[in-house]
Amino acid sequence: MYQYDKFDQQMVDTRVAEFRDQVERRLAGKLTEDQFKPLRLMNGLYLQLHAYMLRVAIPYGTLSGAQMHVLADIADKYDRGYGHFTTRQNIQYNWIKLAEAPDLLEDLAKAEMHAIQTSGNCIRNISSDHFAGAAADEVADPRPYAELLRQWSSFHPEFSYLPRKFKFAVIASEEDRAAMRLHDIGIRIVKNDAGELGAAFYVGGGMGRTPMIAPLVRDFVPLDQLVTYAEACLRVYNRYGRRDNKYKARIKILVHELGKEEYTRQVEEEFALLLEQNIEPPIAELERIKMFFGDPAYDQDASSEIDRSDPDFALWVDTNTKAHKQPGYVSAVISLKPVGGIPGDATTAQMHLMGDLAARYSFDEARVTHTQNIVLPHVKISDLHALWTELDAAGLGTANLDQIGDIIACPGLDYCSLANARSIPIAQQISERFAKNGKGDTLGELKLKISGCINACGHHHAGHIGILGVDRKGVENYQLSLGGSEAEDTSLAKITGPGFDEAGIVDAVETAADVYLAAREGEERFIDTYRRIGMAPFKEALYG
Amino acid sequence: MVELLRLRKDETHSEAAVTVEAFLGRTNAGAVRIEPGEDGRELIPHLDRIRLVEVNFPVFGDGRGYSAARILREAGFTGEIRAVGDVLVDQIAYMRRCGFDAFAPDTPLNADDAKNALERWGEVYQPTTDGRRPIWAQRHE
Repeated sequence: MYQYDKFDQQMVDTRVAEFRDQVERRLAGKLTEDQFKPLRLMNGLYLQLHAYMLRVAIPYGTLSGAQMHVLADIADKYDRGYGHFTTRQNIQYNWIKLAEAPDLLEDLAKAEMHAIQTSGNCIRNISSDHFAGAAADEVADPRPYAELLRQWSSFHPEFSYLPRKFKFAVIASEEDRAAMRLHDIGIRIVKNDAGELGAAFYVGGGMGRTPMIAPLVRDFVPLDQLVTYAEACLRVYNRYGRRDNKYKARIKILVHELGKEEYTRQVEEEFALLLEQNIEPPIAELERIKMFFGDPAYDQDASSEIDRSDPDFALWVDTNTKAHKQPGYVSAVISLKPVGGIPGDATTAQMHLMGDLAARYSFDEARVTHTQNIVLPHVKISDLHALWTELDAAGLGTANLDQIGDIIACPGLDYCSLANARSIPIAQQISERFAKNGKGDTLGELKLKISGCINACGHHHAGHIGILGVDRKGVENYQLSLGGSEAEDTSLAKITGPGFDEAGIVDAVETAADVYLAAREGEERFIDTYRRIGMAPFKEALYG
Repeated sequence: MVELLRLRKDETHSEAAVTVEAFLGRTNAGAVRIEPGEDGRELIPHLDRIRLVEVNFPVFGDGRGYSAARILREAGFTGEIRAVGDVLVDQIAYMRRCGFDAFAPDTPLNADDAKNALERWGEVYQPTTDGRRPIWAQRHE
């Protein structure tokens, strides 16, 4: 894992001091709320329906067990004993007092963590593959590149007042576990024919009210030009991205309106000029960062044998563990989606336990997934039963990874000031319905995602089944959509037809699931069947 | 309170700035004002006779002016670049990194707050034309 040196620490400490000064000026009335807003946002502090919400960055979703303990302590000290892991691989706290926020940031800084640029119209926390460093199919660990970009994008003097927020994802395998092409810039580290590593840049993807899949803008940027190319992409956006309409201000609209070719031409022109400015860190810096991401000290004799006599354990192993590049190891996914629970929430006690388990079973490392679960990336197969036993006792042993119970949901109208409808109760009811009818396992992989407003924080456009909550004349109404995917076969879901009320949407999801069960052939997943048979049979069952 | 904060030692250029359009249409102006959305690159052929570029920020959240200033510095401009309009003390450190060396906000700056803001960041992650050595350069000395 990356560790701060004196420079990184100084930057984070300086930010805490700066924010403390800004909060003092705000509390003294020297800053208006309008002036303070962008400053607090760049430190992750939102004003929500009931209180301030603070979002802590977990760069590329990687944290140590010790850091997990700090997150737990913060939940206790400054919040109400829980935190919410988000689709940006971050954690949010929902009940923060403004006057205490600088102390909270200081606690984070002591553990090499921060909330820098987790909101505001700037470059946000960079996300990545939650199996990075463990996956057998990656050409390299993508996280050193993400860390290089984290440092470049932190406190960037030119790009802190962009037209709109800006999100990067960096992956390094063909299988996409990070929704890469649904980001403002998606980078895939690739190997060319000569065996050299480089970066493929996809620019202009995103969800929100106008979902778009990012087109490929450059198929190979050499690693010693990575930062310069990113700078060129951002400069064209900062200069020409729309600022007249907040809903048309994301880079996807610029790329769409200019056309990929013209946007690319402008980027290449800017890139040529920027190359003369020598702004690229030397390869030695990338090598320095890579040193932190070496393999842990695996047991080379680790056994792959497993005692499957306990059926509950066997089910969890089949559902919630993933193959590892190292023989005798797997990556284990801790579901934060217990039946009827709030997706992504974890209590102080659960976070402390996960911190302990990361230390004991996974070389003190954990990951946050964009699907709001936690990964222990490097677990010995022979330790799995002991791990599962402890998880299960703490309500963290739910075997539902990528199943219909593993729902992504935004905080919705229960917390968020932008929301039009509640998301959490819908997620809870669907989770309970499918636990009760026992169809969850039978359905297999079925990604269900719920957003409480058109901003799409719950990724509903990318769900095999997506649900969008809207406000219809003061009543919550839920639109159903089918056929989205955030994986390497990225696609956007299509709306089935008229929306449903709260009870109706739960029934509608079951109806859609039943259409699939009746029509599926062989090993088809829901999304495969949908792509084969199309929308018509689903419409017929829902509205016919 | 400070009406005009200047970080340069030469004499203040008092000529009123003209618009980019007016500047390009006449030959003797030495001061020009860039509005958001205007392409500062159009000035590059004329940099040798420009003494002052004002970059206007009608609202502080419109960050186009940061790119405008940096582009002029990257093209070698050594005259004054002055941020005018809705320029707040919490913005001036980044502005300075992008090449601004004068600030004339609508609301005058508190001198102490401005000094604190400009001195706060001892290190930087990115190189710009301000000549500061980024952290990565210091790591590999």
